[in-house]
Amino acid sequence: MRHLLSTADLTRDEAVGILDLAEDMADVATRAVPKLPTLRGRTVANLFFEDSTRTRLSFEAAAKRLSADVITFSAKGSSVSKGESLKDTAQTIAAMGVDAVVLRHSASGAAQVLAESDWIDAAVVNAGDGTHQHPTQGLLDAYTLRKTLHADASRGRDLDGVRVAIVGDVLHSRVARSNVWLLTTLGAHVTLVGPRTLLPMGVGAWPVDVTTDLDAAIAARPDAVMMLRVQQERMHAAFFPHEREYASGWSLDDDRFARLAADTIVMHPGPMNRGLEISARAADSPRSVILDQVTNGVSIRMAVLYLVLSGSDPREAAA
Amino acid sequence: MTTIIIRGARPLAGDPVDLLIEDGVIAERGSGLSRARATVIDADGLVALPGLVDLHTHLREPGFETSETVLTGTRAAAAGGFTAVHAMANTSPVADTAGVVEQVASLGAHHGYATVRPIGAVTVGLAGERLSEIGAMARSRAAVRVFSDDGKCVHDALLMRRALEYVATFDGVIAQHAQEPRLTEGAQMNEGEVSAELGLAGWPAVAEEAIIARDVLLADAVGARLHVCHLSTAGSVEIVRWAKARGIRVTAEVTPHHLLLTEQLVADGGGDPYTSYDARFKVNPPLRRDEDVQALREALADGTIDIVATDHAPHPVESKECAWQEASFGMVGLESALSVVQTAMVDTGHFGWTDVARVLSRVPAEIGRLSGYDAPFEQGSPAHLTLIDPASRSVFGVGSLRGKGVNSPYLGRELPGRVVATIHGGVPTVIDGALRDAEEVSRG
Amino acid sequence: MPARTVLQRADIARALTRISHEILESNRGGSDLILLGIPTRGVVLAERIAANLEAFEPGSGVVGALDVTMYRDDLHRHPTRTPSPTRLPAGGVDGKTVVLVDDVLFSGRTIRAALDAIGDLGRPRAVRLAVLVDRGHRELPIRADFVGKNLPTAAAERIFVRLEETDGDDAVSIEGIA
Repeated sequence: MRHLLSTADLTRDEAVGILDLAEDMADVATRAVPKLPTLRGRTVANLFFEDSTRTRLSFEAAAKRLSADVITFSAKGSSVSKGESLKDTAQTIAAMGVDAVVLRHSASGAAQVLAESDWIDAAVVNAGDGTHQHPTQGLLDAYTLRKTLHADASRGRDLDGVRVAIVGDVLHSRVARSNVWLLTTLGAHVTLVGPRTLLPMGVGAWPVDVTTDLDAAIAARPDAVMMLRVQQERMHAAFFPHEREYASGWSLDDDRFARLAADTIVMHPGPMNRGLEISARAADSPRSVILDQVTNGVSIRMAVLYLVLSGSDPREAAA
Repeated sequence: MTTIIIRGARPLAGDPVDLLIEDGVIAERGSGLSRARATVIDADGLVALPGLVDLHTHLREPGFETSETVLTGTRAAAAGGFTAVHAMANTSPVADTAGVVEQVASLGAHHGYATVRPIGAVTVGLAGERLSEIGAMARSRAAVRVFSDDGKCVHDALLMRRALEYVATFDGVIAQHAQEPRLTEGAQMNEGEVSAELGLAGWPAVAEEAIIARDVLLADAVGARLHVCHLSTAGSVEIVRWAKARGIRVTAEVTPHHLLLTEQLVADGGGDPYTSYDARFKVNPPLRRDEDVQALREALADGTIDIVATDHAPHPVESKECAWQEASFGMVGLESALSVVQTAMVDTGHFGWTDVARVLSRVPAEIGRLSGYDAPFEQGSPAHLTLIDPASRSVFGVGSLRGKGVNSPYLGRELPGRVVATIHGGVPTVIDGALRDAEEVSRG
Repeated sequence: MPARTVLQRADIARALTRISHEILESNRGGSDLILLGIPTRGVVLAERIAANLEAFEPGSGVVGALDVTMYRDDLHRHPTRTPSPTRLPAGGVDGKTVVLVDDVLFSGRTIRAALDAIGDLGRPRAVRLAVLVDRGHRELPIRADFVGKNLPTAAAERIFVRLEETDGDDAVSIEGIA
């Protein structure tokens, strides 16, 4: 795998392969020395043009468990605020000798642009680009679903027939987009739920069901509900009137939580707005796998870094 | 001034004829013409078109000379077969005073590649708050007749009404950039299935259509004329069609790129040298759906859309070599316009070369109140003309671009047609497909 | 050039029987003994040896799999390798005698990776190495404790090990340079 840019690029077998590899990586964490020498001597640059401590730390942990060196660039207080471009920043970091770039950027398509340009020759892993994709989040969600449903029998399996409701601000959510393509590629059946203002125009072309009625979606007894984070600033742009009205329609509150089937998996990519899109009871319940998602994120990112950094190096092939 | 004999050209693809150009006008037309010391252009098999007139060009001077200057922009125009361009007002300083428009016009006259007709800003600084010195610009030596805040929409309904009424005093026209600003906050590309998947903020068709609908009603109410810039949607076509049927004095333009390219290019780039999210496809209004492209072609053919205008918008390389959201809107278009119109309209059978002359020369000149383009090829008419070889095909490349901008969406694409010669007021600006030296052209 | 068969089914079985006896002998019995096969064919061989041990001395055939992909030093010289799972017997490797089992011993780099991998799993009392074929050309100071057959080869020749469980039949062959 040269880059990881979008879950829409993955075939079923590629996706299952990544999840299986993440199983191996998860085993490493349980050993006497929870570290592999695999990427010794290789350097991973975390280029975070947009703040995200969680994702940055997760990639950093993944890289370090594979013995890669990690250098981190974060936009705050850096030259980006002085107007340095993606191209210049990426080339500057690449000039320091970097084998992979983990890119977080507020512009949709930034990872694609960097990967397809001739600006740098490092592998590019998309760690979230605008409102487009966050493929490792999609993968870790798929991994978490598979692990929760199939436990030790997970290897080699997809998500055939698994029914997932994704609820909330789909319009602005790269997590939702990554999950829509990945989960459906893996055979899952996805229903998107949210107010019309937060569902994209053109969503009808996606391979999913769409509804505005969360209660109906819950009554359909999904295997998992994934609650998306609601950005507080959305209400100022007239996407919904205020928090209480949003919560009454699209929050996984105690009442809706009680109506879920006993084995329904509750997911959230974090960080959560407790009391807004999800109640504390739902978030902290045994059905919630929210902390598993975080743990699994490291395994998935180890697998992805291994895949983009192993295999024939194009630079050596050219030499 | 040179005496030129064009031998055997086919005006508007009609029968071959010889044209004698003397003192800047068509002195004679016939066969077997000859004159001592005349420059002879062998135009056997070439189609003669009237000099092309662009109603929508960004020359960037003054203020953004790193992107384009009057000289480089008019050289690009000449290379594309144009002999007149209308220079948009979004320069720095903005063309909202007589001083700026006179400067731009005189730079054009000095260089001589094309007549430069400045467009005046509707509002001071394009800020959409107060009317600019419309009267002073109209009465200046630049004799401005087209006023536009292009790049920005005159969205305040009262201001738009006043502007429409006020410019009528000077036989002027408001060229509206139809974009409802609130509906397009942060907009990046056409709103629809492609924007949904790519996660780019949508630029909905209704944001254009709502303004056009309002403006044709305003124009009707005050009895003024309105010009709609770069119309881009099937819905806009319907509104203009309705307005014209009601007798409302509205004219509309479409760009070459909206006649050929679709939003799908944002997703897949269409092949080398472009990739997905290639900012060279970022333009305002955005590339639309295939249905829109088809509706625009039909509307141009049936006269609902009056003209083609390039919206030539050069940008420095760094404004496009970046993430999509951070890139500037706009494409260069002067050098490729005729080839693209041939591809989209002529080769598809929508219309012929007489119509090309109508939408790219006579009518844009009429809208801009530019004289000298009403009777091309007639004895005594100013010698603005273009000789093209429509049978030629070549790959469009950076070398085809003659202005400063290389932000073209057609690189690597095979396009038909080649401009062999351009003559502006009797002065050849392009001969044998090559631009003449600036000094020679400036001397006349 | 056609492959030349050097070990037949019966040869392989005899070699594994001998190795099984040698392992028991050197370990002074079957206690605290773990066979770790290196995927893919090393695991099959380890299972066959374990079956022998179990027959000779019941309770002694403890077997697992040790994937060394993540410990290789040549990852970016070849297409990406997909790791196989590592399976350890309950109780782990601490204090045990671990016998690594692989099909062919060549440069020694795989075994170097395996030694690093074991080191990260725990601290065995001793680590031994059993291989079906030793073809020479070592690049590291590594030797096998138990060898099915020494096969002197040219560096450019290729050895193919086929086993019933993975390839449908049992045979070891050499393919020369064409």
